Amino acid sequence: MLRKLVLALTGIMLAGAAHADWGLNMPRGVTELSQETYELHMLIFWVCVAIGVAVFGVMIYSIFAHRQSKGVKAEQFSHSTAAEIIWTAVPVFILLALAVPTARTLVRLEDSRDPDITIVATGYQWKWHYQYQDEDLEFYSSLSRPSLEARRLNSGIDPFSVDNFLLDVDNPVVVPVNKKVRLLLTANDVIHAWWVPDLAIKKDAIPGIINETWFKAEQTGTFRGQCAELCGKDHGYMPIVVEVVDEDAYQAWVDTRKEDAPRLAAR
Amino acid sequence: MSTIAADVTDHAHDDHGPAKGLKRWLFATNHKDIGTMYLIFSFAMFLVGGLMALVIRSELAIPGLQFVHPEFFNSMTTMHALIMVFGAVMPAFVGLANWMIPMMVGAPDMALPRMNNWSFWILPVAFGILLSTLLMPGGAPASGWTMYPPLVLQTGDAFPFLIFSVHLMGISSIMGAINIIVTIMNMRAPGMSLLRMPIFVWTWLITAYLLIAVMPVLAGAVTMLLTDQFFGTSFFLAAGGGDPVMFQHIFWFFGHPEVYIMILPAFGVVSEILPTFSRKPLFGRDSMIYAASCIAFLSFIVWAHHMFTVGMPLSGQLFFMFATMLIAIPTGVKVFNWVATMWKGAMTFETPMLFALAFVFLFTIGGFSGLMLAITPADIQYHDSYFVVAHFHYVLVPGSIFAIMAGVYYWLPKWTGHMYNEAVGKLHFWLSTIFVNLTFFPMHFLGLAGMPRRIPDYATQFADFNFIASIGAFGFGLSQLIFIWVLVTAKKGVPATDAVWDDPEGLEWTLPSPAPYHTFETPPEVPLLKHEQAHA
Repeated sequence: MLRKLVLALTGIMLAGAAHADWGLNMPRGVTELSQETYELHMLIFWVCVAIGVAVFGVMIYSIFAHRQSKGVKAEQFSHSTAAEIIWTAVPVFILLALAVPTARTLVRLEDSRDPDITIVATGYQWKWHYQYQDEDLEFYSSLSRPSLEARRLNSGIDPFSVDNFLLDVDNPVVVPVNKKVRLLLTANDVIHAWWVPDLAIKKDAIPGIINETWFKAEQTGTFRGQCAELCGKDHGYMPIVVEVVDEDAYQAWVDTRKEDAPRLAAR
Repeated sequence: MSTIAADVTDHAHDDHGPAKGLKRWLFATNHKDIGTMYLIFSFAMFLVGGLMALVIRSELAIPGLQFVHPEFFNSMTTMHALIMVFGAVMPAFVGLANWMIPMMVGAPDMALPRMNNWSFWILPVAFGILLSTLLMPGGAPASGWTMYPPLVLQTGDAFPFLIFSVHLMGISSIMGAINIIVTIMNMRAPGMSLLRMPIFVWTWLITAYLLIAVMPVLAGAVTMLLTDQFFGTSFFLAAGGGDPVMFQHIFWFFGHPEVYIMILPAFGVVSEILPTFSRKPLFGRDSMIYAASCIAFLSFIVWAHHMFTVGMPLSGQLFFMFATMLIAIPTGVKVFNWVATMWKGAMTFETPMLFALAFVFLFTIGGFSGLMLAITPADIQYHDSYFVVAHFHYVLVPGSIFAIMAGVYYWLPKWTGHMYNEAVGKLHFWLSTIFVNLTFFPMHFLGLAGMPRRIPDYATQFADFNFIASIGAFGFGLSQLIFIWVLVTAKKGVPATDAVWDDPEGLEWTLPSPAPYHTFETPPEVPLLKHEQAHA
């Protein structure tokens, strides 16, 4: 056990150096709405920082200046109507200023009209099923084999040696770039949630309910996420991988998928 | 003042002292004994829940599964939350209420002493049942403390025991709340009008009403789970025409006021301590009371901000977003008033003050992340990630629990008649504060970078911050051993004076230290409050 811990610790240190992309902040993402979400996140963050600097600044000053050991005598004031009106009113205006852009983004997030393609994602314990509505195409997507082996209790496999440990699947979702993809979400057993940070999408997949959300990726690439609603023992092991490719590659993928479908079904 | 003290000392020597042995505790009707039992019980639960947290942090220290299976991991997160919420934080505040409210309002005891006994003794039974589920086939509940169906219905033999123990906790809380309301409303000393009550009493009064309003809602929700499981109903089962989301609405209608149930008394404790050690009256006393009332009211109309990803209509999302943002206003008032209380005071930094100051700093950080969570599009990203875990641990650990510790250090000399060891108390404070931040601050980064909560293992890019958080957790856990030492040696220090501190406000400080077994058998005269003196 100790040997493994040492190994793992070394692994962590190496990884710290190797994975320069380990995140501190929300990713900007690859959709217009993910950028907007990021901007809102940073806006509210800096508002909090500003208020924090003011409030904590006053507190820290007070802690150093107004201490008995400095021989100060406590004043005995106990209220100030003016001050109280100011610090009730100022937050009201800050909140109003925040509410407007937030509501605007929220309205756009909910507008899933006129999609280019529609995918139904169904959560199962513990994998995802995808059905492309316009293409007569469907498949399951589960944790990929190398992660599956490494995730077992005391598997003896170093997670750092597995590519995209716990974030890789056998069959990724493939979507075309710059197309509006509508996602219909439901579940077959318990509640799951479909979350891909780079697409700024998180929506619950609930049995008996069809939820709707959408994204329009503006960059090609592979984007990874995970189930975000506790769904039982393997909740941590049902990742989501979305490959955004250009239009031609998408069509090629659809065609191969369809050719393979009978073979896969017969297996 | 001295006449009161003399009066009460007489009673300590009469025939109505504590019973001997086990009977004193089993049949306790004395608010001080019951308060002590509540506090000891809650501390025991704090340690049990803390051990579970350490199991969680051990498993999460490095990527890969080293110690437990995922199902047991889920049981640990579930039990940790249930035990900390219902077993540690809530009973600790009821314990403080039992000890302090009668002494603060000048009453001889709680209004309903036998119910008081019952509401305490239900708790060990409830948690005995809950903890016994760890040994049952199918394991302890593993569906999260939120008990969302349909997942919770997959619980093994533990399921009905979970429901029953939640019912018992609810009954205990409701009885505790009734007792507190009846005591405050009927047993205040003459001259203590509502607005002249100590702030701790005020915040508890509001909290007690919240408890009575929402604990039955939780009981209803879990009863529906029970009938769905055993009696063929389909409240939450889509296959039978039910709606799994309805449970979430009902649960969070309880759950959000519950959040304030765990923080309002903390506000009260801190509002008692800051003026004492700043040697200044509480700033904006009345507006503090109104702000607490506002927060309590708003807590009933913001529940669905826990559910921004379930697929609510846009109008619903907008309503809950705006209502949630409103909470920032009264909460801001409280923080600003605390800062104004310190301003131009003459502060000293004994352990209770240190914990209270850390509360103001760190609760405010939890408040900031709360404000961020109100911004719906951002919340959709934060939701069910470690950002949320960081947020609610900031308001609960350096929030509620620091306030409880502040309160214990503040009133301990009044309870025991001796000063605790100040140097050791300060050591406990500094280690707790450093490690609590080391544990929970990195979780903000983890959540923003995309780590979901409630997972037993994680992708390798999350390794560094998880390792730091685990070091912090063990440090925080070990620091609490110092607290045990402080409590065990609490009676060994120098004798405390009646006032204990430098001219604190409140009737409890007019009593001898330790407070006699029976106090205020004749109502005391309520002196002018400090802010009234300043204006007199």
